[in-house]
Amino acid sequence: MKKTLVILTRNPLSLIGLLLVATVVLSAIFADFIVPFPDHQGAVVDFVNFNKPPEWPYIFGTDLVGRDLFTRIIYAYRISLALGLVVLAIAVPIGVAIGLFAGYLGGWTEYVLMRVTDVFLSIPPLVLAMSVMGLLEPTLTNGMIAVTAMWWPWYTRLVYNLARSEKEEGYVLAAEIIGASRLHIMFREILPNCVPSILTKMTLDFGFVILIASSLSFLGLGVQPPTPDLGSMVAEGAKYLPDSWWLTVFPGLAILVAVFGFNLIGDALREILGVEEQ
Amino acid sequence: MPFVRLLAKRLGTSLIVLIGVSLLIFAIARVIPGDPARIALGPNATADAVAALRDKLHLNDPFLAQYGYFLADLLRGNLGTSLYTNRPVVDDIAQFLPATMELVIVAGIMMVALGLPLGILSARYRGTFIDHAIRLVTLLGVSAPSFVWAVILMLLFAYFLPIFPIAGRLSDSLTIPPHTGFLLIDTLVAGNPGAFIDAVKHLILPAFALALSGIGQAARLVRSNMVETYQKPYIEMAEAYGFPEKRIARRYAFRPSLIPSLTIIGLDFAAMLGNAFLVEAVYAWPGLSRYGVAVILRKDLNAIVGTVLIISAVFLIVNLIVDLMVSIINPRIRLSQRVS
Amino acid sequence: MNVPTLKIENLKLGFDTYAGMTEVLHGISLHIGRGEKVALVGESGSGKSVTARIVLGMLQSLKTARISGSVFFEGIDLERMSARGRHALRGTKMSMIFQDPTSSLNPVYRIGTLFKEVLMRNEPAITHEQVRRKACEALADVAIAEPERVLDSYAFQLSGGMNQRVMIAMALVNNPSLLLADEPGTALDVTVQAQTLKLMGELVEKHHTSVLFISHNLGVVREFADRVYVIYKGNIVEQGPTGELFDNPLHPYTRALLAAVPRITGGGIPDIADDPSAFLAPLVTHSGHSEKELLA
Repeated sequence: MKKTLVILTRNPLSLIGLLLVATVVLSAIFADFIVPFPDHQGAVVDFVNFNKPPEWPYIFGTDLVGRDLFTRIIYAYRISLALGLVVLAIAVPIGVAIGLFAGYLGGWTEYVLMRVTDVFLSIPPLVLAMSVMGLLEPTLTNGMIAVTAMWWPWYTRLVYNLARSEKEEGYVLAAEIIGASRLHIMFREILPNCVPSILTKMTLDFGFVILIASSLSFLGLGVQPPTPDLGSMVAEGAKYLPDSWWLTVFPGLAILVAVFGFNLIGDALREILGVEEQ
Repeated sequence: MPFVRLLAKRLGTSLIVLIGVSLLIFAIARVIPGDPARIALGPNATADAVAALRDKLHLNDPFLAQYGYFLADLLRGNLGTSLYTNRPVVDDIAQFLPATMELVIVAGIMMVALGLPLGILSARYRGTFIDHAIRLVTLLGVSAPSFVWAVILMLLFAYFLPIFPIAGRLSDSLTIPPHTGFLLIDTLVAGNPGAFIDAVKHLILPAFALALSGIGQAARLVRSNMVETYQKPYIEMAEAYGFPEKRIARRYAFRPSLIPSLTIIGLDFAAMLGNAFLVEAVYAWPGLSRYGVAVILRKDLNAIVGTVLIISAVFLIVNLIVDLMVSIINPRIRLSQRVS
Repeated sequence: MNVPTLKIENLKLGFDTYAGMTEVLHGISLHIGRGEKVALVGESGSGKSVTARIVLGMLQSLKTARISGSVFFEGIDLERMSARGRHALRGTKMSMIFQDPTSSLNPVYRIGTLFKEVLMRNEPAITHEQVRRKACEALADVAIAEPERVLDSYAFQLSGGMNQRVMIAMALVNNPSLLLADEPGTALDVTVQAQTLKLMGELVEKHHTSVLFISHNLGVVREFADRVYVIYKGNIVEQGPTGELFDNPLHPYTRALLAAVPRITGGGIPDIADDPSAFLAPLVTHSGHSEKELLA
């Protein structure tokens, strides 16, 4: 673990990734202390200072009701990261478990589980999330449900393929011979060998969740005002292009920066841990 | 012929999956809170009218019966009526789908035409500046949602540098009789080359915004697979025999790398179907997205189910085509006997 | 005396890594006369494989490689040659066969396509029919019964032994002056290996091809080579004609190597001490067979 961190800091690209992610995460955690206008995350109006281009103290400009964009972006980071954490915390264990069962047990279990997974995978990710979101009320919780629902199959497929090849390996055979229970084999023998791939994917997925979540809210299917959200900020601002360009550009760049950072780290992790490209 | 059998088996699986999809969407649609009949008739409708509509829509029947009616209708080509447009959903789809398909297909072509060569270049010059530059750019491409790129491209190339038109599929002054719904075809069929160019100009920015993520993915995937291939003994043999380096890159290292890449590229292409929604919103593209978002927001069940079903069907067809292509290209799958 | 096909003089190879310079070859010299079959014998990591790659010019492009010394091919100093000139030799006047024949043949192209590419090295404008003809001849030379069918097949459809013969055919089809054989047949059954090596021996004799035979397998070397160089940790430690060297090994390392060959009479394999200083003793040559004497 420590060795991995050291290697990560050596490589210039992953170092940049680490810095970006650290910036995003830290600013999200300590948002209340670093933003110039903490109450702008909520429903504040300031029609004196509305729609201002970037100038001090509004370093990213203000939106149409006068809220500081920088502030709202930082708070939006907080929400996006929280979303990522929750989604992954639920989707990964479910997806991994199903994949292990399907990959190792084989037979009807495998067939049924994988067909169900296929069904979820056959709907383009965004479309599925959109449908679920649209059919429920657009709130943050429902957003989490929707994204989680579309996320677990990717882990299932990943672990399924790994489990299928791992189950031919010598150590699995050895465990079977000494009479280890199937659960033991799946979770104590095969799973640890899948961890590098799972970890790499999780890092990359953090960025990806942010991407999908912002796409959903861009379409109006995410959190509702006045909660700050990067995607809806871009959607709002898109109506006022090109004059109030800062309304779209800064939230958009904020998305780019966060996702880029996670991708850089994920890439570097992949090279270090020797994982296959998915 | 093993080939035909493979095809049949895949078609069968795809069909099962499609049915599963329809069941899933149907289930989700029926589980939502709110009464579709009431929503459709509005808040001023009488209780009787609502009850009558509920009956007509079979909303009081058990779930499986409802699904049965749905399937029966489906097989007759009837996806129900949209409560939003008050037209058969099939008509709505027929009108909006071609626009989206045109966008996605052109984006797909860009993805392959730009992504693959970039990946090959990156692998061939691995470790050099070219490689690092390409890797950085492709990673950037993958790191932002399509709508961010759509906005940036629009700002850069339609506003600040007015090279391309801002939105829409065709300049308002032009009207083209719709045959296929694909403007690129219809303009030529109508014998109007000026309109063709106009359609192309309108297509470029949105297609590129849509394709950027796919280009990045394809390039990265091809690069990674090719770098792995370059370590293989048969490449060392090619080098030992002095095969020209360009040939090794383009033929002998590329094709074995393509095989593992193809499946994912197919997935990416299909993912663009989902992302098309985002780009269409920015460029006011009259495709399935605006319709799709509208019906989702209005809980227009028939339309939602129809739209999702069609999109999933296209997704599955694309995957099927990709799988078939893989079997063709990979001789190990195509042939199964030993010669010796 | 004839110009030797290959002459290596004091070849040194090092790799520049983060940890400093790693020396792999400490100045080896060897030569191969026309039509001679010379073996380079050593254990893994001794430097024998990199030697072949240096001759072909394949290591020079590595940024971290530091090479000094000279390699003469048919009298021409390869260092003085342009990169293009050097590249032109590959596949035409020098060719190589590899350890695992099946994985050395591109799995997604038919054997015929690969043959065409090889033949194009000499004749860029060769036609399809000419390729078929020459390839079939070459395959018939390596005792392949149905050359047409093999040409239309993929490597994974053929057996290991067949692929080995295909490789030999490909290597010799352009009539090279020098054949580099990197542990050929190691991946095959012993009996198949013996067959194909015998075939290879006959063919190179027919074409007067010089061979650099790299191996760790002493039994095979004994059957095949005229002269032997023994390499240990990047140094040549003994050289001489095959018969003499095997009957009367002079260098401690050679003796240990020969002692380590399992005998059919049983008795197990004796331990070789890991790094005794005796192995680092300087070069021993059998009388009359030092480089100087042979090249005089």
